[in-house]
Amino acid sequence: MVSSTNESPVPGGDIPRQELINDAVIRLAGNSQDGIQTIGGFLARLAGRSDQDVITYMTIPSTISGGPSIFQVRIGTGEVLSAGDQADFLVAFYQHSYEAHIGSLREGGVLIYDTDHVKPNLDDKRFVNFGVAITGLTIEAMGGAAKDKGKNMFTLGLLARMFSLQVDKLRALVTERFGGKDEGILRSALVAFDAGFAYPADSALKRYFKFAEAETPNARPQVTMDGNQAIAYALVAAGVRYGAAYPITPWTSIMEILRAELPKYGGIFVQAEDELAASSLAIGAAYAGHLAVTGSSGPGISLKQEMLGWAVMAEIPLIVINIQRGGPSTGLPTNVEQSDLMQAIYGSHGDAPRVVLAPRNVEDCFHTALEACRIAREYSVPVVILSDQSLATRIEAFDEPDLDAVFVPPSLDLRPRSADFKPYALDRITQHAPPGTRFEGTYPTVSGLEHDEAGHPTANPAMHMKMTAKRREKLKKLAATLERPEIFGEQEGDTLLVGWGSTWGPIREAVRRGRAEGMKIGQVHIRHIHPLPPELERIFSRFRQIFVVEMNDEGLYGFGQLASLLRARYALPNIRSITKTDGLTFKVREILEGVRRLGGDAVSTFSLYPDL
Amino acid sequence: MSTGTLDTPAPRPPLTRKDLRADHPTWCPGCGDFAVLASFHRVLEKMQLPHERIVTLAGIGCSSRFPYFVNSHGGHFIHGRALPFASGVSLSRDDLHVFVFGGDGDGFSIGGNHLQHAGRKNIKMTYVIMDNSVYGLTKKQTSPTSPIGFKSKTDTTGAFDRPINPMNTLLASGATFVARSHATQVNHMVEMFERAMKHDGFSVIEILSECVEFFPGAFDTSVPRKGGSFVAIEEKRGDGSPEDANRHDPTNLESAFALANEQWPGVFGVFYQVNRPTKNALEAGLIAKARERTKGASDLDLLRATFNRLR
Ligand SMILES: Cc1ncc(C[n+]2csc(CCOP(=O)(O)OP(=O)(O)O)c2C)c(N)n1
Ligand code: SF4
Repeated sequence: MVSSTNESPVPGGDIPRQELINDAVIRLAGNSQDGIQTIGGFLARLAGRSDQDVITYMTIPSTISGGPSIFQVRIGTGEVLSAGDQADFLVAFYQHSYEAHIGSLREGGVLIYDTDHVKPNLDDKRFVNFGVAITGLTIEAMGGAAKDKGKNMFTLGLLARMFSLQVDKLRALVTERFGGKDEGILRSALVAFDAGFAYPADSALKRYFKFAEAETPNARPQVTMDGNQAIAYALVAAGVRYGAAYPITPWTSIMEILRAELPKYGGIFVQAEDELAASSLAIGAAYAGHLAVTGSSGPGISLKQEMLGWAVMAEIPLIVINIQRGGPSTGLPTNVEQSDLMQAIYGSHGDAPRVVLAPRNVEDCFHTALEACRIAREYSVPVVILSDQSLATRIEAFDEPDLDAVFVPPSLDLRPRSADFKPYALDRITQHAPPGTRFEGTYPTVSGLEHDEAGHPTANPAMHMKMTAKRREKLKKLAATLERPEIFGEQEGDTLLVGWGSTWGPIREAVRRGRAEGMKIGQVHIRHIHPLPPELERIFSRFRQIFVVEMNDEGLYGFGQLASLLRARYALPNIRSITKTDGLTFKVREILEGVRRLGGDAVSTFSLYPDL
Repeated sequence: MSTGTLDTPAPRPPLTRKDLRADHPTWCPGCGDFAVLASFHRVLEKMQLPHERIVTLAGIGCSSRFPYFVNSHGGHFIHGRALPFASGVSLSRDDLHVFVFGGDGDGFSIGGNHLQHAGRKNIKMTYVIMDNSVYGLTKKQTSPTSPIGFKSKTDTTGAFDRPINPMNTLLASGATFVARSHATQVNHMVEMFERAMKHDGFSVIEILSECVEFFPGAFDTSVPRKGGSFVAIEEKRGDGSPEDANRHDPTNLESAFALANEQWPGVFGVFYQVNRPTKNALEAGLIAKARERTKGASDLDLLRATFNRLR
């Protein structure tokens, strides 16, 4: 929402008003081939360079030939937690963009539309209607030959003018992006941009906007990227040099980055024939002594389950990334859901304890991936990173991580081992000696069969129990070292909102809004899904009702996946669920509505026999 | 204790077959796989590969227990996935000698897809398929190489699905070394092993190895002792003699396919061998090129540069 902190009419006749804002949601609606992501990307990056916060949100059609698509950017001077429930500005390129998205524009918001394609209902006085012949003016500026390519750059220029953006910085960004390639491309991009910027938007609108300057500029420069980039670069920082995968939306961009980047670092990323081969390859590299990665989305993760079980049994460090999308089966390829949590924890046969972590925003994608690598190495265990479609594609700006501090060089430990070396010794965490290690005496065989301390296969019941316990106990050891979660908002009171993964921002915003409305409400976010962090029980005991907010189905018994887990773990009847499965991220409003809807009654309304 | 490192191995006494044996095999007495193991031990002894750099890997099946019986680094993976597992080892560790062992079910059935890709990518390793034309470990079900009419627990009145032709399949995979041997012919196996191991690329040997428990006599037609005949491929010697014109040229894929299509039990020896760049070498080339472009920048410098671009 545009919060007008200061309206300062500039003295001197008809010079338009400047409106100082500190938060704006801009929704760009067009077709996927219009380059609206490019506009959004530039706006986000500019925000990043201006010490502002930014979150983007986009929908892309799952059809190859393109189709209606949106890109939403929320820029804020101060913390931005979600991409925004409603748009303050809507840019509509086509009639269908206008019709599908005018409902998302808040009352009093500004509709910027291409008069060459859109005929809005001008009688609707709820919005400020601002028509510009975007297509025609772009063609004119570019000399007629270029059709409407460059429309996006024209629009960027227009927005730069409307929002008094720092044009030098923007031009620098455009030059960085298009420079180096064909010179002509950069030139036409700048021509279109300048034409947009020259358009007298402020005289037509009678006002222009300006973002307030950040009050406390960040000590470190900000970087701007999406969640998949953050994960990929964190893996590189953490010393991962080998991996394999098979393409699937929305995981693919991680494998594309790693395929392009790893050779520079002396590593290899293999595009395998399928997910079974991919995970087997990654496990092979891990067995060979490297920390390796494989990843996928829903269907591909299902295929990896047998290999994951092997890695658990053989106690092989491995990073498995699941960029969740809507399921089951091929489900909703380009939409978001958090419905793979149970699979992440329990998938694969047998008792197969592994670690599961879920990042909460783009910055956290980076840190979660680092942590996953550390845990995998220290505990010799597969670690699943549960990200999702919305994190994968959303762009955020955050303080550049201290790379010197987090960087871990790759390592290969081939120190010779003595005759009595036991990889699976019961009294400590498993340590492998990868091939190439010189042994005195017998060499080890690493296996998916139950084994004794030396790694020899055994079906001895006592040994199976001991080894099962060993694999489980190391997760308990890890749990004891985990940071206890902090409560945001009220430290005790009426309502605690519990979330995991990408819902962190909207939940936090809901808590802020709820408190502003007088609710006694707090938030706990769980990053360590399995094992759970300590002291959750104490936190839960301070609240009358606990709502777990997650993007999956309420299930047969009325509880979402994390809620079911927490109920099983803490046996608290006041844990309930706010779930949804429309493939879209939570709106702040939806969370608060959920709290109000369920608020009154403290006990579950669920009945096993609803008809009785 | 040895102080050797990867680059400077400490001096050591020569490897003997005794050093190379591990646990006593759990196979049924008389199983053909024993002979395969014995000849593998013999080749290792002969070739004196650095002991710690031998890796034997396998999927699941009787034959896939192989790694337990060799005193080398070993991995016993899951059914059908030994090849991609081994590919991960091979591609990330050029210093190792990677061997993969398995059965016909593991290799041609559940893992058939992987065979095609290890072959097409020419990943450096030696793959030995012990073909017993039956599922041994799961106790007599039809395998992809079981002959028509074979009575198994899943085909009690006789199998009728057409068996695959292993040699055709292997040649079609793009493997750059394809050979066939027989568990009753130890010297022949040793020779095939040795040539496969010296080959720079994806080398595969199919070895007919009898399952005495569930398909006894399966390969008698190629065992002279049992009244059959073992026909070895005569390879071109390039000696200009008139006989040489009729000998097999292993670099000729067409004649390799012709041999593959001969009437069962067919011929034994090297069907095909060519040199084609391995994926290992191609990936190494990619790395070298990338490193050339980054002009020796450290990993950390590279990462910093990337983050600078993301500002
Ligand atoms: C995913 C999976 N499916 C099935 C099995 C059961 N299984 C174990 S070995 C085997 C077949 C073994 O036959 P082959 O590969 O020819 O080896 P052999 O035992 O004959 O040497 C099967 C079906 C398994 N272990 N895993
Ligand atoms: S069942 Fe057959 S293949 Fe398996 S060990 Fe016995 S003889 Fe060998």
